[in-house]
Amino acid sequence: MAIKRKSKSRSGIPTATMSDIIFMLLIFFMAATSLKTVEGLKVNLPRARSIAKLDTPKQSVLFVFVDRTGRISIQDKLMDSEIVSSVIYPLRRNDNMLTISLRADQETQMGVISDVQNQLRDASALKVNYSAKHK
Amino acid sequence: MIRKKSRPPSEIPSSSMSDIAFLLLVFFLLVSNVDTDKGIGVVLPPPGDSEIKLNPKNITMVLVNASGDVLFNDQLVAINEIAQRARELETGNPNMVFSVQTDRKTKYQDYIDVVDQLTMANVKKLALIGTQ
Repeated sequence: MAIKRKSKSRSGIPTATMSDIIFMLLIFFMAATSLKTVEGLKVNLPRARSIAKLDTPKQSVLFVFVDRTGRISIQDKLMDSEIVSSVIYPLRRNDNMLTISLRADQETQMGVISDVQNQLRDASALKVNYSAKHK
Repeated sequence: MIRKKSRPPSEIPSSSMSDIAFLLLVFFLLVSNVDTDKGIGVVLPPPGDSEIKLNPKNITMVLVNASGDVLFNDQLVAINEIAQRARELETGNPNMVFSVQTDRKTKYQDYIDVVDQLTMANVKKLALIGTQ
């Protein structure tokens, strides 16, 4: 009878499946990445301590940009504060969860912010998130 | 001597594939920013001038002027004292409504500071009245 060699336990990580794993990760990150350049206006967000993550799903978040000179931009369109509610109202009617993420510059004067907020109230878009950075 | 013609390989070379995949992976890892939008969540009052009659005892006025000074119940306070004071008032009276009013020229950062302090104090009833 032939003497069988003991099968040696293989050393080393199996590399055959590695490329599959890598590809899977690759596809995940490709799908998760949005290469869209940041829309809206350039703002320097205010700083705060008690900030929390926005818990609304992404498709229900509407960004409202207000820059330091008081210009307002929604969905890449500049507009006057008087027509904000007429822009937001149809969106709000289609989406109960609609949350406004207010991305205003820290130097913006409250007059503009207050006008925007009153417009949001007119459009019944009451959930607002003051975007801020961590202090 | 007869030599075999060297045939070009008929398959895609797979040995370098994982290198390429790695490179792409690293690229997308660096480029992707899982941007989480962070901020202070508030709920605005419903539209209309529906004035709810409140007991004046249950209202705390917080006024912020154009230069960022804060008047808290007619007392001038430093911004970082607001949380402490609000917490005291809230424990004394759970129905306390904090009404934040600003000047039209107040900086947004000052307003956020005040709202931040009130949020830190776990204020449940926050009325954002706006500008005077």
